[in-house]
Amino acid sequence: MTPWTFFLEHRSEILEATLAHLLLVITAMAIAIAIGLPLGLLIVHRPALRNISLGIASVFQTIPSLALFGFLIPIPFIGGIGRRTAIVALVLYALLPILRNTYVGLTGIDPAVLESAEAMGMTEAQIVWRVRFPLALPVILAGIRTATILTIGIATIAAAIGAGGLGTFIFRGVAMVSDAVILAGAIPAALLAILADILLSWIERRLSVA
Amino acid sequence: MNTKPAPLAESTIEFRDVTYSIGGISDDSPHALVSNISQVISSGETLVLLGRSGSGKTTLLRLINRLLLPTGGQVVVQGLATSDWDAIRLRRGIGYVIQDAGLFPHFTVAENVALVPTLEKWDADRIAARVQELLTLVGLDPQDFAARRPHELSGGQRQRVGVARALAADPPVLLMDEPFGALDPVTRAELQREFSALARRLGKTIVFVTHDLREALLLATRIVLLQAGRIIASAAPQEFLRINHPEVQAFAASLGALPGAPA
Repeated sequence: MTPWTFFLEHRSEILEATLAHLLLVITAMAIAIAIGLPLGLLIVHRPALRNISLGIASVFQTIPSLALFGFLIPIPFIGGIGRRTAIVALVLYALLPILRNTYVGLTGIDPAVLESAEAMGMTEAQIVWRVRFPLALPVILAGIRTATILTIGIATIAAAIGAGGLGTFIFRGVAMVSDAVILAGAIPAALLAILADILLSWIERRLSVA
Repeated sequence: MNTKPAPLAESTIEFRDVTYSIGGISDDSPHALVSNISQVISSGETLVLLGRSGSGKTTLLRLINRLLLPTGGQVVVQGLATSDWDAIRLRRGIGYVIQDAGLFPHFTVAENVALVPTLEKWDADRIAARVQELLTLVGLDPQDFAARRPHELSGGQRQRVGVARALAADPPVLLMDEPFGALDPVTRAELQREFSALARRLGKTIVFVTHDLREALLLATRIVLLQAGRIIASAAPQEFLRINHPEVQAFAASLGALPGAPA
């Protein structure tokens, strides 16, 4: 059986898995952004919280993904078998690039710009929303792009705990020792990652100035 | 704040035995950047703070618009100590120009100039008219420059926009921290001459920081010389060079050191 014939015979199943995969990634990214962005804003002026949150987010990055999925299964409410556990794990992985880039973007601004903003009589909130945030946006988006690509890859492993998605084909292919079945999961996953990269790079370029 | 002082006294700035130190809360020897400064800056004066790097001139400037609060004494602006001023209100009435201009890279030239009027919620027509007026005042054709972004300007042009932005809401006081320091000598001389004429016309109270005696002599109505955080001389430009003090002489010698200058 060639990969192509397998692909043709199972195209509706593959499409369904791709959509499930995409939904997993989008859900996880939406939650990670909803946590990472505000937290990144918050830690600009709070060094203690900054060290703790960046530290915790870094620790999760060091845990091998298969192990993290395993660790989460016995935890009540967020654990168990299925999509919910997978989303929790994906959020934990996506958090660091978003949080770190938000913080770096907001703080890596020309000091002369911040000094004149302050000296012109802008309030702290005006400086954040009209100066820091628009200037940090390209860096923040780069973090979101990194996190998205990372999440698309890691989400394939989520199939191991019954979350579905393209990983289902990969695990099945490994068990069947069939390259064709593995590729049916791996190729769409790679394509998703490439498309996400292209789309998010384009948005990044559109929004960056100077 | 309910009784407004007389208009003439409004733009005066007074340093009353001002000291600004850093450290000293945890370690026992606070380091004073400026010590026991007393000085009255009158309305309409162009006061140049002259001194070497680290002499405390920028610190004095930043004490005026409350970017710093004195650790001893008081800085009084328009009859009110800076510690009693609302920092935002105080700063919106004081123009500020720094060496790197500090223009917002994501704003157009017009938006940069319009910053304080926008914050002050002027109506759009009034802002547009003011931007036109100011760009023309600083020698930039509004047609050509209003829609550009700062990265599309030369250093001299950026500094002109910086001056226009500082003047936007017509503040009575203008603070300038080596505004022409990063420019090439030809552009610098050009901007100094133009600014000198502009300053005379506008009648603002200007406090100008520089380490360049030539610039001080050109722009100042009074020069205050700082050394190690203390005022060591204060004189009109025509009398300044006659002061018998080693630091004044050192600055005077820097004039003669220029190649081609008469010995």
